[in-house]
Amino acid sequence: MKPAKKLITLLNVRRAYSVFFFALFLILLYITDFRHLKGYETPLFLELDPLVAFTAFFTSFTVYKGLVLSLLIIIPTIFLGRFFCSWVCPFGILNQWISHLFNKRRAVDDYRTNAYRDLYRVKYYILAALCVLAIFGALQVGLFDPIALMTRSFTIGIYPAANYIAGGIYIKQPLFIGGLLVSVIFLLIVAGNRFITRFWCRVLCPLGAFMGVLSMASVLRIRRDIDKCTDCQRCLRYCHGGCEPHGQLRYSECHLCMTCVEQCPEGAIHYGLSEEASSVHRPVDVNRRRLIETVVGAVVLFPIMRSAVNEANLPQSGLIRPPGSIEEGDFLRRCIKCGQCMRVCPTNVIQPALLEGGLEGLWTPVLQNRIGYCEYNCVLCGHVCPTGAIMPLTVEKKIGKKPDIKPTKIGTAFYDHGRCLPWSMNVDCIVCEEVCPTSPKAIWFKEEELRLRDGTVRKFKRPIVDTQLCVGCGICENKCPVHDKPAIRVTPIGETRSKTNRMILKG
Amino acid sequence: MPSKVNDKARRLSRREFIIKLSTAAAVSAVCGAAALVFHSGEPVNRRNNKIYTFKNYRVSDTSPTLPKIAIAHGKDADKMVRAAVEKLGGIGQFIKPADKVLIKPNVGWDRQPELAANTNPDVVAAVVRLCIEARAASVWVTDVSINDPYRSFARSGIEAAVLKAGGIVKFTTGNDFLDTDLKGEILKIWPVSAFFHQVDKVINIPIAKHHSLSKCTLSMKNLYGTLGGQRNRLHQDINVSIADLAVAIRPTLTVMDATRVLRTNGPTGGSISDVAQGDTIIAGTDDVAIDTYALSFLDLKVADVPYIQMAELRGVGISDWKSLNPAEFTV
Repeated sequence: MKPAKKLITLLNVRRAYSVFFFALFLILLYITDFRHLKGYETPLFLELDPLVAFTAFFTSFTVYKGLVLSLLIIIPTIFLGRFFCSWVCPFGILNQWISHLFNKRRAVDDYRTNAYRDLYRVKYYILAALCVLAIFGALQVGLFDPIALMTRSFTIGIYPAANYIAGGIYIKQPLFIGGLLVSVIFLLIVAGNRFITRFWCRVLCPLGAFMGVLSMASVLRIRRDIDKCTDCQRCLRYCHGGCEPHGQLRYSECHLCMTCVEQCPEGAIHYGLSEEASSVHRPVDVNRRRLIETVVGAVVLFPIMRSAVNEANLPQSGLIRPPGSIEEGDFLRRCIKCGQCMRVCPTNVIQPALLEGGLEGLWTPVLQNRIGYCEYNCVLCGHVCPTGAIMPLTVEKKIGKKPDIKPTKIGTAFYDHGRCLPWSMNVDCIVCEEVCPTSPKAIWFKEEELRLRDGTVRKFKRPIVDTQLCVGCGICENKCPVHDKPAIRVTPIGETRSKTNRMILKG
Repeated sequence: MPSKVNDKARRLSRREFIIKLSTAAAVSAVCGAAALVFHSGEPVNRRNNKIYTFKNYRVSDTSPTLPKIAIAHGKDADKMVRAAVEKLGGIGQFIKPADKVLIKPNVGWDRQPELAANTNPDVVAAVVRLCIEARAASVWVTDVSINDPYRSFARSGIEAAVLKAGGIVKFTTGNDFLDTDLKGEILKIWPVSAFFHQVDKVINIPIAKHHSLSKCTLSMKNLYGTLGGQRNRLHQDINVSIADLAVAIRPTLTVMDATRVLRTNGPTGGSISDVAQGDTIIAGTDDVAIDTYALSFLDLKVADVPYIQMAELRGVGISDWKSLNPAEFTV
């Protein structure tokens, strides 16, 4: 008779953690909206993410607010090893489940798919490139950071798709410019599990690589007793990290998934301190020459990036940033393209930029007034931004309070008289004036008598923008009945955050 | 030399031959039938969308001796609403037991109650309570907000007030519109919030506000909030479109909120200095009369507001409200 299996093993505890944290991720992202956001720490996963805190520290030498929570991951990792990837990381957990579905589960295949490959070094080179860029002051970590990637993909792709099928998440089906690109990248990464188990985690993930480096000093590790081990290699069958527990364990690849401990028929593997007959471990496997090449590449890339036009050095594409955004140069040093602001925005106006703000600004938040507009009394985006690229505003600070607090302007509206109905079509309209939210309204009108084609004379109300009052919210552009290219459009000039993007001397 | 790829095909038995042949014939027949059925000169086969019309929400059997309009002055919204409706013959005149009731306040904007851009939540709650006391089967409150609906209902205080009073808030989402024939001069077939086709009675609860183009937004203008689609185009002929709406939708009862009146910078307001205390509730079944009475809060006359005259000409009501046996009182 087989002995009864123990229920509370490290493996089962890890499984419970993974279900809990994956569900927590989904719930926190679900409640990131006006109706459910009641002071919960919705960007928690992004704040726990050591790579975000570490690289954003180098670009601006602060550890912003909640990012200090990353210590909850960093410090245990130093002692315990790279536990994050299979215990906490929602993307790691998702990849594990997906690859388990994809696996053929024939022992002969498992040994091959879970073997270590030189390809797994790539993530260290990605990490090196991202860190070097960060040290110079360019934050591109959001492209590869798994938490930012997953938050962005769920915000832009998965949740809207779920709403399309079942409804219930949004009141209005959200639309995202270039959303398909973000989703397809996500799906391709997940599909990568078909070819290499946990393809993302083992090959590409810079956060995993970062944890691997941190775990160099760890004292508690998976240990194999060479006297008890019979080289059956069963430990390899369900190995998450591809870390060779049957040989000299590559501790920097090991996720502490604990399956090898449970699988071993001889009880030769344990997690803990090294013992009399424990096998030696292998250090981080990087090719020093490749590493130097990568670093040199990044060093060369940085000045090239700085010689390309972006919104900071030449505001020309008219990118409107969310209210509370810091000055563009700093903004690019803080934004990790996670999409939290896009998730929380009630009008769907915050969109992922494509290339309009330069390659550096890919997927950073921009306001697209054809899709939504900035709700006058709404300050949600700044409150969910984990890195302070968008600072949290109070309503008073956003809309201003006479006489001392000036409103936060994100742009200025301009009329295109050739398209405006009362200006050039002799048709009544002034919807823009109706919806203008400031008091007194930034859009006013003058009544002008006009002689029409048939000789009759009629009065028309012709709208005009008061640049002193306009906050650039864009509701006029959004509600303009000249629908395809509105007769009133907002550009960021005059925005509070910039000292240089200004036109009016006194404004 | 014979081929190396030498697996030989089997000869079909008679039975297999017949089965194969009849399968092929059946597939061909299905293809042919489908082609015949779907053959069409139209490039796209559209299912005929049903075009709805508004049902008659009015009650006809009100006694002619009762006033058509009741004007209550006072401070307590609940008391004023109750007293005004009582003067019209009581809520039982309008809402019968097991009626499904839809209440249409103005919840257009993401604004606090004090700014008077939306209907006073106390007034909405009072009407919800009246309907529940009249044993209505369901009391829904809806609007097609211009700002984000969730924010507008939450920050106007109306969502909380309605839920507390026992009503249900119905948010209009993108799919909640039905094409409806309004049979107007410019408003023909237009998407209308589906809830209007799912109820028996409609109570309109506008707030008196300033509006730059139409001069004022009162009870008839409040019906804009039933429409979806590109309603921003209606501004191009705002007076005719308001009159069209007033003819198309005849609410069972109108309760005008003039407890606070937005006198300037309408219809959004945004500053306490735009708001004046009106301390009045006007209830009635004649929207033209109610709107005409409310003009005094905005220093306007009937001659300033073309849509009131248009609606009167088209038989919606009578602008001479004094002729309607009005009950004006203070509670």
